[in-house]
Amino acid sequence: MIAGLFNYWVVIILMMAGLYIVMSSRHLVKKIIGLNVFQTSVFLLFISMGKISGGTAPIIADGFTAYSNPLTHVLILTAIVVGVATTALGLAITVRIYEAYDTVDEDDIAEMDIENENKETAVSTVVAKNT
Amino acid sequence: MIYQLPAIVLLLTLLAAPICSMIRNGDIAWKLAVIAAWLSVAASMALMHQVWGGNEISYHMGGWPPPWGIEVRIDELSALVLILVTLFGSLVITVLRESLRTAMRSHRHSLYYTTFLLCMASLIGITITGDAFNVFVFLEISSLSTYALIARGRDRRALTAAFRYLIMGTIGATFILIAIGFMYMVTGTLNMADLAVRLPEHADNRVVQASFAFFIVGIALKIAIFPLHYWLPNAYTYAPKATTAFLAATATKVSLYVMIRFIFDVYGVEFSFKQMHIDALLLPLSVAGIFIASLIAVFQSDVKRLLAWSSVAQLGYMSLGIAMVNVAGLTATVTHMFNHAMIKAGLFLCLAAMIYRLNSSHIKDLAGIGRSMPLTTGAFAVLGAGLVGIPLTAGFVSKWYLINAALENGWVILAVMLIISSLMAVAYIGKIIDVAYFKPAPAQHKDVKEVATSILIPCWIFALLTIYFGIDTRLTAGVAGRVAETLLGVGL
Amino acid sequence: MNESILLLSTLIVPLAGGLLLSLQSSANTRDAISLVTASILFLLVLCIYPYVLNGDAPGIILAKPIEGVSFALQVEPLGLMFATIASGLWILTTIYGMGYMRGANEPNQTRFFFCFALSITAVMGIAFASNLLTLFVFYEMLTLATFPLVTHKGNEEARRGGRTYLGILLFTSIGFLLLATLWTYSLTGTLDFRAGGILADNVTPTTAIILLTLFAFGTGKAALMPFHRWLPAAMVAPTPVSALLHAVAVVKAGVFTILKISIYIFGIDLIAETGAGTIALWVATFTLTAASFIALTKDNLKARLAYSTVGQLSYVIVGAMLANAAGIIGAAMQIAMHAMGKITLFFCAGAIYIATKKTQISDMRGLGYKMPFTFAAFFIGSLSIIGLPPLGGSWAKWHLLMGSIDATQWIIVGALLLSSLLNIAYLIPVAARAFYAAPDSNGQPHGISEAPMLCVVPLCITAAGTILLFFFGDALNDFISLIPLRAPAQ
Repeated sequence: MIAGLFNYWVVIILMMAGLYIVMSSRHLVKKIIGLNVFQTSVFLLFISMGKISGGTAPIIADGFTAYSNPLTHVLILTAIVVGVATTALGLAITVRIYEAYDTVDEDDIAEMDIENENKETAVSTVVAKNT
Repeated sequence: MIYQLPAIVLLLTLLAAPICSMIRNGDIAWKLAVIAAWLSVAASMALMHQVWGGNEISYHMGGWPPPWGIEVRIDELSALVLILVTLFGSLVITVLRESLRTAMRSHRHSLYYTTFLLCMASLIGITITGDAFNVFVFLEISSLSTYALIARGRDRRALTAAFRYLIMGTIGATFILIAIGFMYMVTGTLNMADLAVRLPEHADNRVVQASFAFFIVGIALKIAIFPLHYWLPNAYTYAPKATTAFLAATATKVSLYVMIRFIFDVYGVEFSFKQMHIDALLLPLSVAGIFIASLIAVFQSDVKRLLAWSSVAQLGYMSLGIAMVNVAGLTATVTHMFNHAMIKAGLFLCLAAMIYRLNSSHIKDLAGIGRSMPLTTGAFAVLGAGLVGIPLTAGFVSKWYLINAALENGWVILAVMLIISSLMAVAYIGKIIDVAYFKPAPAQHKDVKEVATSILIPCWIFALLTIYFGIDTRLTAGVAGRVAETLLGVGL
Repeated sequence: MNESILLLSTLIVPLAGGLLLSLQSSANTRDAISLVTASILFLLVLCIYPYVLNGDAPGIILAKPIEGVSFALQVEPLGLMFATIASGLWILTTIYGMGYMRGANEPNQTRFFFCFALSITAVMGIAFASNLLTLFVFYEMLTLATFPLVTHKGNEEARRGGRTYLGILLFTSIGFLLLATLWTYSLTGTLDFRAGGILADNVTPTTAIILLTLFAFGTGKAALMPFHRWLPAAMVAPTPVSALLHAVAVVKAGVFTILKISIYIFGIDLIAETGAGTIALWVATFTLTAASFIALTKDNLKARLAYSTVGQLSYVIVGAMLANAAGIIGAAMQIAMHAMGKITLFFCAGAIYIATKKTQISDMRGLGYKMPFTFAAFFIGSLSIIGLPPLGGSWAKWHLLMGSIDATQWIIVGALLLSSLLNIAYLIPVAARAFYAAPDSNGQPHGISEAPMLCVVPLCITAAGTILLFFFGDALNDFISLIPLRAPAQ
């Protein structure tokens, strides 16, 4: 059972690990890494389902009757491109966040945002009093 | 030419995007973007004309017949969403130049138009494609460009909002990818029409059921159905002014379209409602979403955030319509999808015009704006009436159908609750109108002037459309009614 | 086709007039346009009479936003009567308003007359609406169009009054009226006003009670307690507004809506059979008694008149809920008679304010000799409201009494009589004190010093009108009898 569905177990473990990292980590870069792990698990899922035991690459040749499905590979090629783009954008935003906040820790950022907001409301009440 | 229209409507913006990126001059890039966008509006109108009355267009990309090739499929529902995306997108892009002028240095403008066009193109792609995997790819392209657009906001919190959206959005999209993978596993096809034929045989297969679950969670994240709306308020609040109008109008609506397509067409009514009871999940979540989000909106002091929360509530109306599982309900969903896109885009655009002059969207700073910017505020008031659902505005028509759907199911209490929620909308819109018209302007805003005509005209187009679609509902409720009957498989 | 255009023009004329006058910079041209518009409108409404007397019902469909429900106009006798009252009194109010607004030197007069015209448009829409949805649309339009009029003064008090006004009217209309409308639609699939009603075979008695109660409370403009607070609050408005809108247009639109719903949506037979009106009937009876008591305690003249209006409106609701021919005739007559009587009283209150800046009744001692015409008119108007012959109001009260006797509702007969006594108690002292009590002896100069002619003439005309209505009560009765109470026999 476990051996037969080996790929799927790997997929599940990777998926859970990835999601856990995304949720639990406060570090933005680590979050992106978690996202990558999560996406990779899905890539594995697709590739695994295209594999037929005993099948070869889909090139017609004498003596081979079972071929693996090439479509899933093509699909996942696209998905990988999408994943890379996401990672790149995510990292770019992280760099900008670092420039703006001087930190990449989610908690610190949230704290600074709240401080900011308090200051804003304070300013606007002062303005309201003056007018 | 006519035969190639489904490809043209996509290619116009898709090709204009890279060309824009190569033009260094922001003005020329803007002109190109505007031309491409408005041509795509014309193309979608022509498509609507072709499918009017319940026809369907099936176009084979590159001449490969389905299920091997990629099929583009357009019926009345997709044509309506096409008009939604292209028309409202084009209106926003028309004011974008004016809005960007102060926001960013001019040599960056063309890149911004590129991103914007790319987002529009991918939304068009989602709408017309008949291929499940294509949906995923286009969804990701649109999401990526959206993250980039939001991150351009002036406040640094725009960055965190974009990052948050990126994480949530990617998880959602990956869930959808998993769902598509499972479907492919069982049926061996990615063509949506083909899937619809093959899935019912496997209705009891656990893999199909799992794929449904993954799909619903993934798309709910993208639509921001309560309680998966976590990313939306910040993203809308901190996105650049005019961009918010575009996002509010299109992104969530197109995701909703995908949900309708999959629930009703791909998985089928029988499977989604009779077997998986998606309505039992959507109903309480929608109602809770409507109430909680409306309540939060009432207590917001930043108008942008207020409108963002109102969006969450309004999305609740749309998912509620699906959960009713009757023709009136689905009609309400599709109608409201269009109407709300129009109204919210208009509201955000008017608000953008106000922020342009006031440099603040705090409700206190809007005091007296009804006198200093009468035309903008007038449009805002009309659109606000539409959001509340005052008769003879578009919002009334959709709410009418929704409440009727509730009464048709015998849910009087739900109808009462919907009316109460409308009163909450009166409260939060009334709050803004009250300040705008009846409070004296603070000293620092004494010399506020009306914005340029190029911004005012789109604002008023949105406002007038809101009234027009409250009177002539052939395009909205008429189409929606036919679509609902087809999707639910009744009246044929 | 011709009559459709005629009907449509009753909406277009005031709207166009309003737009036209808002573009004028000269006050005289503006007022002239206002007056001409009002006169044309009145003539147009009169032109519809031949059709109705011939038994025709001209109509026009403007749009069809929702399956089975159109946005349409259609004439029927009750609506025509309402339109006649509103448009006729608009002429007088315009004249009066010109005198008042100039006399009081109010700012923003153009906005004032523009909103006024807009309100009249809405009233015409309400009067000629061919279905509930159309009526609802114009009902809301009236609320919104009158809001700037109520808050006209622009100070904190006016804003607070305006907020109460808008809050209650919007809350009741969206919360109850819209719900009831939708419910009706889901029960019957139509919202058309039809003779004999549309609900007859579609409701259980319980649903009928709930629905009619929702309608009665949902029509906040009818000021049924506990949703009457907006009416006194709206008295912060300039007096011409109070006069036309809160004695005629707005409040009458409310009771007119209820009357129309009882006749054309429920059908009086259905109400009588199921007892659907029970709750509304008793609440109205309570309101008309309680409001009279409250009116007694008010010293501010406009506040007293406001509570008097609250009470008088409930007469109409009582008539509608009695659901017999006499009740309906009484209710319809009450709309006409009270409009004429109450507008006289409000005109007088405004004239007193303009001439002497006095608003409290206790300050008006002895003013009668200074302003004889005004107080004489006030006296006549009061008698009409109370319902004494030879004044128009007596017919309405008479039919309402007959209706409640027909329905063997003795408590209501008692309440009506008691309320009439209370009317005497709170209205007569105003005029009596002005004529018989000695003036405050601060050396006020004697001799006549009335308000401007533009104010005094209209109020004399309306006072004369209440007398005329008594003598033409028969004709009015005949006309109201044209209202089809039952579906025509097949």
